Amino acid sequence: MKVRLDEQTIALRAAREFEDGSVVNLGYGMPALCANFIPEGRRVFFQSQNGVLGYGTLATDEEKDYELINASDQPVTPSPGMCFFDSAVSFDMIRGGHVDVVGLGAYQVSERGDLANWGRPGRPATGMGGGMDLAVGAKKVIVTMLHTTKEGKPRIIKECTYPLTAKQCVNLIVTDLAVIEVTKEGLVLKEIAPGWTVEEVQALTEPELIVAPDLKEITL
Amino acid sequence: MPVNKSFSSPDAAVADIFDGATIMVGGFGSFGGLPINLITALAKQGAKNLTIITNAGGVGFELSKRIKPEGYQDIGILFENGQVKKFIGSVPALGGMPPTSPIERLYNEGRVEIEMVPQGTLVERIRSGAGGLGGFYTPVGVGTVVEAGKEKKVINGKEYILELPLTADFALIKAHKADALGNLVYRGTARCFNPVVAMAARVTIVEVDKLVHPGELDPEVIITPHVYVDRIVEVSK
Repeated sequence: MKVRLDEQTIALRAAREFEDGSVVNLGYGMPALCANFIPEGRRVFFQSQNGVLGYGTLATDEEKDYELINASDQPVTPSPGMCFFDSAVSFDMIRGGHVDVVGLGAYQVSERGDLANWGRPGRPATGMGGGMDLAVGAKKVIVTMLHTTKEGKPRIIKECTYPLTAKQCVNLIVTDLAVIEVTKEGLVLKEIAPGWTVEEVQALTEPELIVAPDLKEITL
Repeated sequence: MPVNKSFSSPDAAVADIFDGATIMVGGFGSFGGLPINLITALAKQGAKNLTIITNAGGVGFELSKRIKPEGYQDIGILFENGQVKKFIGSVPALGGMPPTSPIERLYNEGRVEIEMVPQGTLVERIRSGAGGLGGFYTPVGVGTVVEAGKEKKVINGKEYILELPLTADFALIKAHKADALGNLVYRGTARCFNPVVAMAARVTIVEVDKLVHPGELDPEVIITPHVYVDRIVEVSK
């Protein structure tokens, strides 16, 4: 059967990239869902721009405390060893290279890993938030996004046409159709959604994909 | 005898904010850490042509109902009231929402100016102003619209842009507790921009959940030293 992964499943797949003991920052929207999908047996330290390291999961309605929130204004749960600091220290941490992985949403990613994730035509008053700082400062940038626009046009393209967040910053793209690694040689198709062929995914991706020799189906 | 910094109400604490003032506001998004009582007092007070320096522009009361059915107030109220001439921050309007936040509507009508600053650069510009520095070089924004018109410099083979300091006439912040001298402690992620904003204005006004006597706060956990705080208002939660 041919399926597109839903947002929860994309987040689940992306979260499998978080190594035990790593410091991870999750951006607005789909990436924030990753907090609920940490593989068993791993401890990940979630960092958030507002000034917290080591929170737990997204909070349920009963657990909500609006003085314990992530950078997307979502209440989260405490976890042993959690600590607080101000936002200036938080961004020292980010720019200074102490965040191992950032998960970000995207409107567009280019074949060289340029990221456009904050501005789009007709919406000149939306801002970049902490996305630029994170894209530049984190050791690894994982993008979670839908593979195509609502109109079915590719979002993985040769050159971004929307305002850039940062150049050549994306390392891995997880979409509803594929897992793609950004390398010096180009975009490497590593995993593919159940029921889809390489040709079908390529047709919805503007740059030429390099098919990994060990290409496999996305399993969860 | 130190001056009495305690004010009886948010209204009294913001009474002398003047038309054309530059105001920094602590907090981060719409919740936890936003000095909402001081903001609503300023909305009532009515000062106009304000420059507001803060992380986010708020969603305003109407849009907030899409997020919480009963709605909530945030800094959007100052835009709804038409009190703001210029906004300096990182998230004027939310991208994922329909374009109904008050600042976005005003901007599209050409009635408010926006200076968009990456979040980490924003907080560092505030810290820079607070600390009497002339700015700093950052790699954030290189190769994007953010670098337009800014000095660029290559340091150890890497490209940076020069960002300049920010200061303000007034700072409005939220803390958990103050002692009567103005020493502050925060709670959870409500700390966020507040301790940085506290240091960067001529007059810093704080709303707190609880006001206590000097000596009741453990000196080891005080985050904002009292020299930065001018006015304290205790508000009930």
